[in-house]
Amino acid sequence: MLTLTHFLTLGAMLFSLSVAGIFLNRKNVIILLMCIELMLLAVNMNFVAFSRFLSNLDGQVFVFFILTVAAAEAAIGLAILVVLFRNRQTINVTELDDLKG
Amino acid sequence: MPIYEIVFYAFSLVMLGGAVMVITVRNPVYAALSLVLTFFSASAIWMLLEVEFLAIILILVYVGAVMVLFLFVVMMLDINVDPLKEGFIRYLPAGIVVALLMAGELLVVIWSKGRFEAGAYPLPAPHPAGYSNTKAVGELLFTNYLLAFEVAGVVLLVAIIAAVALTLRHRSGGHRQNPALQVRVMSDERVRLVKMKPEPRQGS
Repeated sequence: MLTLTHFLTLGAMLFSLSVAGIFLNRKNVIILLMCIELMLLAVNMNFVAFSRFLSNLDGQVFVFFILTVAAAEAAIGLAILVVLFRNRQTINVTELDDLKG
Repeated sequence: MPIYEIVFYAFSLVMLGGAVMVITVRNPVYAALSLVLTFFSASAIWMLLEVEFLAIILILVYVGAVMVLFLFVVMMLDINVDPLKEGFIRYLPAGIVVALLMAGELLVVIWSKGRFEAGAYPLPAPHPAGYSNTKAVGELLFTNYLLAFEVAGVVLLVAIIAAVALTLRHRSGGHRQNPALQVRVMSDERVRLVKMKPEPRQGS
């Protein structure tokens, strides 16, 4: 018998994995963007599960908008990445220290 | 009905395995392909939850567009992956500790007191055969959420313009056409007729 707990557990594990991925790959901007996509997927999993178990479609509409924003974010993020690589010939985060942050 | 459990656990395992591959492999191309696998499995789990429209959208938009964009960028940029991976071992303990802490906190909340068990959230009955999830979501989207839907369209438009404006570059020295000048040209600007006397050939 599948319960809401199963799906929430799956979402929590996926989210934790993507947080670990941000720690492990903190030099590679591409993998960082992929980890953000994984995080959004984990959140969407929770939305979808709650939507199903509450018989309420609003959660699915919310997931639809999250997908839209995530697509826009990926497009702009990758465009910034291309410009960055064109100007610096690297995507290593540790070398991007022009702002002395 | 154990088939639901079998499908759920099989796709969950594949999904978590894909996520582990995404964060551990050396090559960004393999990471992108593992992410595709993860999205596919998530889509299957959403199918299990009878969220058919979003499951299809996840494959069409995410696998079909966003991940292909990722693959394009990864393959277009000539990246040397060796220096990008050198901190992996150093940050491994911290990453694992933080991930386990976060997972522990989330799971304590989810598992304690049987908050989300079948007693509190019983699984609704399956939808009848003629039920269309797409139609239901569409009706909600075009009535209650119409303004948000239009705003989402504007967000996508802004993303298109921003992506083009960021990556556009003007090369100097190229031969380019000016369509306005081409349209405005008159016939007497093309050919100039000159009246002159015939000239004898040089040297004859």
